[in-house]
Amino acid sequence: MNTLNEKPNYNDDIVKLFTIATIFWGIVGFSVGLFIALQLAFPALNFGEYLTFGRLRPLHTSAVVFAFGGNALFATSYFTVQRTCRTRLWSDGWSNFTFWGYQFFIVLAAIGYVTGITQAKEYAEPEWYADLWLTLVWVVYLVVFMMTLKNRKEPHIYVANWFFLGFIVTVAVLHLVQNISVPVSIFSTKSYPLWGGVQSAMIQWWYAHNAVGFFLTAGFLGIMYYFVPKRAGRPVYSYRLSILHFWSLIFMYIWAGPHHLHYTALPDWAQTLGMTFSIMLWMPSWGGMINGMMTLSGAWHKLREDPVLKFMIISLSFYGMSTFEGPLMSIKEVNALSHYTDWTIGHVHSGALGWVAFITFGAVYHLVPVLWKRSGLYSLKLVNTHLWIATIGIVLYIAAMWVTGIMEGLMWRSYDELGFLRWSFVETVQAKHIPYLIRAFGGLLFLTGALIMVYNVVRTIRGDTAGEAVQDMVHDTPQNNGQNAGQNAGQNAGEAVHV
Amino acid sequence: MFNKHAVLEKNSILMLIFVVITISIGGLVEIVPLFRMETTIEPVKGIRPYTPLELAGQNVYIREGCYGCHSQQIRALRDEVERYGHYSLAAESMYDHPFQWGSKRTGPDLARVGGKYSDEWHVRHMINPQALVPESIMPSYPHLSRRVLNLADIGDDLIALRAVGVPYSDEMINSATQDAYAQASQDSDYLDGLLERYGEKVIARNFDGETHTSEMDALVAYLQVLGTMAELQNYKHDGTKRGGQ
Repeated sequence: MNTLNEKPNYNDDIVKLFTIATIFWGIVGFSVGLFIALQLAFPALNFGEYLTFGRLRPLHTSAVVFAFGGNALFATSYFTVQRTCRTRLWSDGWSNFTFWGYQFFIVLAAIGYVTGITQAKEYAEPEWYADLWLTLVWVVYLVVFMMTLKNRKEPHIYVANWFFLGFIVTVAVLHLVQNISVPVSIFSTKSYPLWGGVQSAMIQWWYAHNAVGFFLTAGFLGIMYYFVPKRAGRPVYSYRLSILHFWSLIFMYIWAGPHHLHYTALPDWAQTLGMTFSIMLWMPSWGGMINGMMTLSGAWHKLREDPVLKFMIISLSFYGMSTFEGPLMSIKEVNALSHYTDWTIGHVHSGALGWVAFITFGAVYHLVPVLWKRSGLYSLKLVNTHLWIATIGIVLYIAAMWVTGIMEGLMWRSYDELGFLRWSFVETVQAKHIPYLIRAFGGLLFLTGALIMVYNVVRTIRGDTAGEAVQDMVHDTPQNNGQNAGQNAGQNAGEAVHV
Repeated sequence: MFNKHAVLEKNSILMLIFVVITISIGGLVEIVPLFRMETTIEPVKGIRPYTPLELAGQNVYIREGCYGCHSQQIRALRDEVERYGHYSLAAESMYDHPFQWGSKRTGPDLARVGGKYSDEWHVRHMINPQALVPESIMPSYPHLSRRVLNLADIGDDLIALRAVGVPYSDEMINSATQDAYAQASQDSDYLDGLLERYGEKVIARNFDGETHTSEMDALVAYLQVLGTMAELQNYKHDGTKRGGQ
């Protein structure tokens, strides 16, 4: 078996593929997002039959959540599980299948959206044939991950892998229950979901809220638990907090779905349960954030010097902010105002742009030099530029959505002195024009930042360096060159230290 | 407790099983009772499955992603009830597979849009929304009135819906295509059969004024029935009586 100094022959080719796909689909998703933001400001941009807001909106959400986020999770989970188990990823053939199979699913779903083939369930729009294909790909993903865990050379399974495992298996359960449907015929793209009416609503938001909870939270917390300690060169702050964080988070998240259905025809007891658990969820969420941030104890100076680490810590800040905002919005009285408005859109974007995308950018900037065996990134200055342009973009975006959301919520319920509703609906639409322009500008900044990342990554892969004075803080020390990943991260989980 | 956790950390299968158990509890508690409790959907008089033409219209609504901007769920809040009408009842969407409650009001709620505007208004609004509402940001859908509706296989849709629990009879399924055409024309010979199967309240007319039966006909037929089925004047919600008494 391996001696302490021997490095297993990791499968980094598959991680490279998923990393490139992450960046590619990120640009696609952000671009479509910018375009539909402009459509809301200028309806003349709805061209013809195929490029209307109604058809492009699921393209945007799926491209960002499942294509950008999904590929990021594949890349980082495959990278992390190998390093922390000190073993090669199980089966090159099947792991390649997950790559091409997943890209095929994305293309299949995207073609459906534009041509109007949809199940009309938010974040689960793909029709039955695409759902069946995804089921197959996902089962293979679970098997590859489990078999790699089984082949591990470490006695303990590292905390990042708990989160990845929780994400993979829960998404499988959600996907199966949400998408049971009866096709009109075997040759028809159309199907009717098994669930209807109020039950359909409950299952939809059980699914969709936990797509947020497990796809966009648990999975990305897996990234956090590996890459933040790795980048900071410090062990995870608290092992006990990790255990509490993991089990309480996955237990409570599942209950929170009904907060999307306050004051609707869903029975009141279910709404109240959903609200209660949503508020309790604040605690494990912040526990996780604290565990990530405090990992920098004794290494705070690195935050000054390493923009990649800055990405990760700002992402945790946005995570903390949106996991405070979420419980707040789940309170019935607040929800009465915020529901159906742009406030919700702002909330999901502070999570998706601030948390999900930023931790992904951090992971990508860390991964690229390691995977392509470069001494460091092409330019850390450009990373810093990306960081600030994107951060300003997010702030403009969410501030504009707070303004429009709270404004339209107040306008809808505003009465004049005679007791009549003060505003017609279209007046509330009109009032949002300027903030919609600001939102689109924020999106443009965010996309610009991502394009700077593309340039930086391409130059890094080509082996160029910008010749900056400050070198990459993590990669310039020979004993910590990124190949021994998992070392620091593993300590507090009781793993044997392997150097 | 924290020492015992090592057992899970050393056994991936056990970890997997514990995760599945942990994530199952919340979903089971919140979802399963909805199928078992008779109070989930209180019966309301007048609710029926969609006619084949209305169903074709709902499928156009779904295809174009209308649910992304329009909700169909009036909450039990004073201003919403004043703006849109009686708050939505669970029974009103019981035959929607999937539900169309939506989550965003970029445009107004449509749960009770039926009968509020004329057919002609809907057709002209769909072709060019800004012509009727200059400040609107809705996309235009002129292709809907050009495209001939494919109704030959609409019976298969009814069969699939029956498989998921919508009570379509054999007769409804067999005469689905005929019923759809009958509803989209002014004075069809087959109108009586349609009204017999779906009730006297069914609105049958040439919705878009064109000679062919278009996707616009179907969509307008769907919009005009939204929220009009329930007989709300008799509905009492006092916690003791069921609606429709």
